[in-house]
Amino acid sequence: MTSSDGHITLRIARYRPDEGEAEPTLADYDVPLRRDWAILDGLNYIKDELDGTLSYRWSCRMGICGSCGMMIDGEPRLTCATFLTDLAPGPVRIEPLANFPVIRDLIVDLTDFMHKLGKVKPWLIRDEERPVEEGEYLQTPAQLDEFKQFSMCINCMLCYAACPVYGLDNAFVGPAAIALAHRYDLDSRDEGDRQRLTILAQPEGVWDCTFVGECSAACPKGVDPAGAIQQVKLAAAQEAAKSLLLPWRSR
Amino acid sequence: MISPLEARYYRRRMPLLWWTRRRSYAFFMLREVSSLFVALFVVELLLLVRAVARGAAAYEGFLEAMAHPAVIAVNLVALAFVLLHAVTFANLTPRAMIVRVRGRRVPPRAVLASVYLGWLVVTAFLTWLVVA
Repeated sequence: MTSSDGHITLRIARYRPDEGEAEPTLADYDVPLRRDWAILDGLNYIKDELDGTLSYRWSCRMGICGSCGMMIDGEPRLTCATFLTDLAPGPVRIEPLANFPVIRDLIVDLTDFMHKLGKVKPWLIRDEERPVEEGEYLQTPAQLDEFKQFSMCINCMLCYAACPVYGLDNAFVGPAAIALAHRYDLDSRDEGDRQRLTILAQPEGVWDCTFVGECSAACPKGVDPAGAIQQVKLAAAQEAAKSLLLPWRSR
Repeated sequence: MISPLEARYYRRRMPLLWWTRRRSYAFFMLREVSSLFVALFVVELLLLVRAVARGAAAYEGFLEAMAHPAVIAVNLVALAFVLLHAVTFANLTPRAMIVRVRGRRVPPRAVLASVYLGWLVVTAFLTWLVVA
């Protein structure tokens, strides 16, 4: 159907392994084309009115929870922030996020990322923890600005879906995990740079990245993971050069 | 160990020609291929050095070989790729490098401008070297 009669076709990848399906198939659903409807509203309409068996993840509807990322016409997008009218007359192809295994319909398994995120230690590391009685670790607005953009990550995984390096070899730590590690490296309250660098300087760390840059283009929150990765590369190279030239000074 | 649930996951593989599917991926591949042409220029430079070391006759022979229309055509294509290589590399610099002067962060535009300024200075010096 076309936009003239107020409907748009959503062409959705369905995968139901519990019903014996070996691979996904595309199914068409016509949903009302409303000016204020995002793709997610269309999916909810299908779930409520047309086919209750459609499975997908969503929560906040406002670009904060990071759970509704999918491939829209081949591009990784948040379905709550992509409007139907911008894709009219359709049909709009909706598939699960690329580069992750599909559990069912539009749901992918993110265990791999969760595991990697923990490995890069995205938390404040101190050489010596200060007792609580001594108060907070203070920070100036300028120090906050150093890392603020990297803290905006919502773990929506659009960057992993956009990254061909991760798609070809999922041993790569990946954009969001490195950007979040870098966020703590840049934090004036943190003293864990070295610990993270030993993890990120591994072959599957920053050096796997070939700076395609699509992670940053896909990010819905304006984070620049590609930039973060290159900055970590530079830090790793400087560290390596230092320990080569001044071996007695490296720990 | 893979659980029964994981065994039923649908795992997609990237097609061999994945980079043809998006314009940005194709451009990335062009940028990567450009390094081959940079290598070609390096080889030509080394051949030039060898010819100069072997004396006047070898140098004349080298110049003659480089003046062949086919070689000129290849070199023009190579020049285009080398320029693509240099421009994309320069443009990515401000994102990879945070420069601080007296503790303050230099704005990305200034970093970019200084990269191009450096390029201009080196080019001017080489031009002077060749022409003068």
